[in-house]
Amino acid sequence: MDISNYLYLSVILFTIGALGVLIRRNAIVIFMCIELMLNASNLALVTFSRINGNLDGQVASFFTMVVAACEVVVGLAIIVTIYRSRRSASVDDASLLKN
Amino acid sequence: MRTSSHLVYLIALPLFSAALLLLLGRIADKWGHLLATLISATTFGIGVAEFFSMHSQSGANRAVTQKIFEWISVGNLKVDASLLLDQLSVCFVLLITGVGTLIHIYSIAYMDHDKDRRRFFAYLNLFIAAMLLLVLGDSYLNLYVGWEGVGLASYLLIGFWNQNPAYAVAAKKAFIANRVGDVGLSLAIMISFAQFGTVSFAGVQAGAPHASPVALSAIGAMLLLAAAGKSAQFPLQSWLGDAMAGPTPVSALIHAATMVTAGVYLITRSNFIFDASSTARILVVTVGVITLLFGAIVGTAKDDIKKALAASTMSQIGYMILATGLGPVGYAFAIMHLLTHGFFKAGMFLGAGSVMHGMEDEVNMRKYGGLAKLMPITAVTFGLGYLAILGVPPFAGFYSKDKIIETAFNQGGGKGILLGGAALIGAGITAFYMTRVVVLTFSGARRWKEGAHPHESSILMWAPMVVLAIGSVASGFLLSFGSSLVNWLQPVVNASNSVGGKELMNPWVVSLLALAVVVLGAGYAITKYRTVEAVAPEKVSIFTKAARKDLFQDDVNDALLVKPGKALTLGLVATDNYVIDGAVRLVGWVLSEISDVLRKIQNGYVRTYALIMLAGVFIGALIIWVVTV
Repeated sequence: MDISNYLYLSVILFTIGALGVLIRRNAIVIFMCIELMLNASNLALVTFSRINGNLDGQVASFFTMVVAACEVVVGLAIIVTIYRSRRSASVDDASLLKN
Repeated sequence: MRTSSHLVYLIALPLFSAALLLLLGRIADKWGHLLATLISATTFGIGVAEFFSMHSQSGANRAVTQKIFEWISVGNLKVDASLLLDQLSVCFVLLITGVGTLIHIYSIAYMDHDKDRRRFFAYLNLFIAAMLLLVLGDSYLNLYVGWEGVGLASYLLIGFWNQNPAYAVAAKKAFIANRVGDVGLSLAIMISFAQFGTVSFAGVQAGAPHASPVALSAIGAMLLLAAAGKSAQFPLQSWLGDAMAGPTPVSALIHAATMVTAGVYLITRSNFIFDASSTARILVVTVGVITLLFGAIVGTAKDDIKKALAASTMSQIGYMILATGLGPVGYAFAIMHLLTHGFFKAGMFLGAGSVMHGMEDEVNMRKYGGLAKLMPITAVTFGLGYLAILGVPPFAGFYSKDKIIETAFNQGGGKGILLGGAALIGAGITAFYMTRVVVLTFSGARRWKEGAHPHESSILMWAPMVVLAIGSVASGFLLSFGSSLVNWLQPVVNASNSVGGKELMNPWVVSLLALAVVVLGAGYAITKYRTVEAVAPEKVSIFTKAARKDLFQDDVNDALLVKPGKALTLGLVATDNYVIDGAVRLVGWVLSEISDVLRKIQNGYVRTYALIMLAGVFIGALIIWVVTV
């Protein structure tokens, strides 16, 4: 199987994630879309690692996972807090900083 | 030249006392006036001592100097703060401290009821210090410091009752008119420095014979402007009448005897400039003649006793200025008239103050009348001053004023006739308005307002008046006996003993003529004012109306200076508001308009930001791709 197919898959996943971020309003969904984009880039990094025959890309993907884990912790905490106080997880409602 | 270490005390003592009284505040209320009077008397004592030590020397050795400290040393400009007491300045020192002390004593009683009496005495001492610095400075720059100092003291004292807005305005008017003159003095100092490289009297005197005529005339004209400001001469005369807002002792000391004569001192001190420039002399006599007639005419119509006396002061100083413009012969006579005038005018002002004190601060002479019986000492002392100003022999004015008229006639030709004639007419008008003052105040029917209880003032007030009255009687004879003052001043002003030029008329003829116009003026005034109403008549000739309005001096100033000045400031304010502020506001407006458009991008939706970010990343990647491939 041609190795570049992994890259195509990565692009498709990333695009789905980006579109999800842009189109959806539910914070949880947007959050999952961001995870999707991160994992799409992880897939791309691992693929590059395979193509180049070294471990740089795999190391970078580990970093990405760590960052993603941290982000989940902080992000979910924010989302839950917003939901608690506003009874809504819509990102459009969280616009207190406007004006 | 002899040096002395005592001169500085003349200035330092009253200055220290003024500072003490002002800084201590209410603590000094009980004894402030006594300290100030004591200090003033002490300076008089020093002055007398210096005079006698000077008198024991021969003519050229009489001047005394004292260097206090090196003041300015910049490039070529070297000015020491040093004092010079010579034959001219000692006359002023004695006049200032002598009359000053008398007026301090008078003020103790006059200001008795004023809760700010201590402040008043502090200002009086400040004035004494500044005036002594003015006459003792040995350079134009030292003189300038004193010149400004007396201006300040005059301002503070005119506006002493500044809770009355009209008085505060009068003080401001005096200060501003003086500032115009001060510009003249500072310009004269600058031209002197440019021309001679020094501003000391001795240095300028040494350089004057070699200087260009234009520069000398310019210095002379600027000095005259300064003198006109300080001495209330035409065209800067308008402040003196309003300056009568100050307490009467102030009018007597500052606006009759001493400060207003500073212009005469300045011109006499700068005799080397005026001797070398005939143009400047012509300007001086013109100003003098115009003012002596101007003041006399204004004096004829004033019902306010102090304003009538102020107009008279203006006119008498016009005589002095006229005398200083008549060349070397005139200076000594100018100073003689200045000294005799210091006595009789200060005496009459104190008399006016005494009358006002008895009449509950009424100044309108039409509300007086018949006061001679109730205030005999005031009436007699005032009367002696009156005879002195008229020039009735043997009173003081006879010796000084007749000499000026005589010298004016002796200028020769049409100029002599013109100047002498004007001075003679001035003497007649003087007799008219002074007789009017005396008749309205001391004789005739009692036109007092209800509840007036005129009474003679206390001894503290009449004693100084008596001393000044004695001066009004005797000073003229003493100063001219054996030409004593002329000889005394000879080393300073180069005065010659004669009245100068070819004698146009025998001195006796001039004196008789002067006496004739005086009798004429006085007689006319007596017949006209024997009976008057308590209210000034409305239907009067156009001349009387003009004189009542000070010959429209304020209207002229208003039209020529105040209105254009206001227009200028309004224009500048408009420029500031619309042009300068407008430019600043335009920048702000443009920025806020731009931001109004740009802020719509910040709509608060996370998705929009994410889209913009994605677009940015996409464009960035596209650029990198285009550039690298």
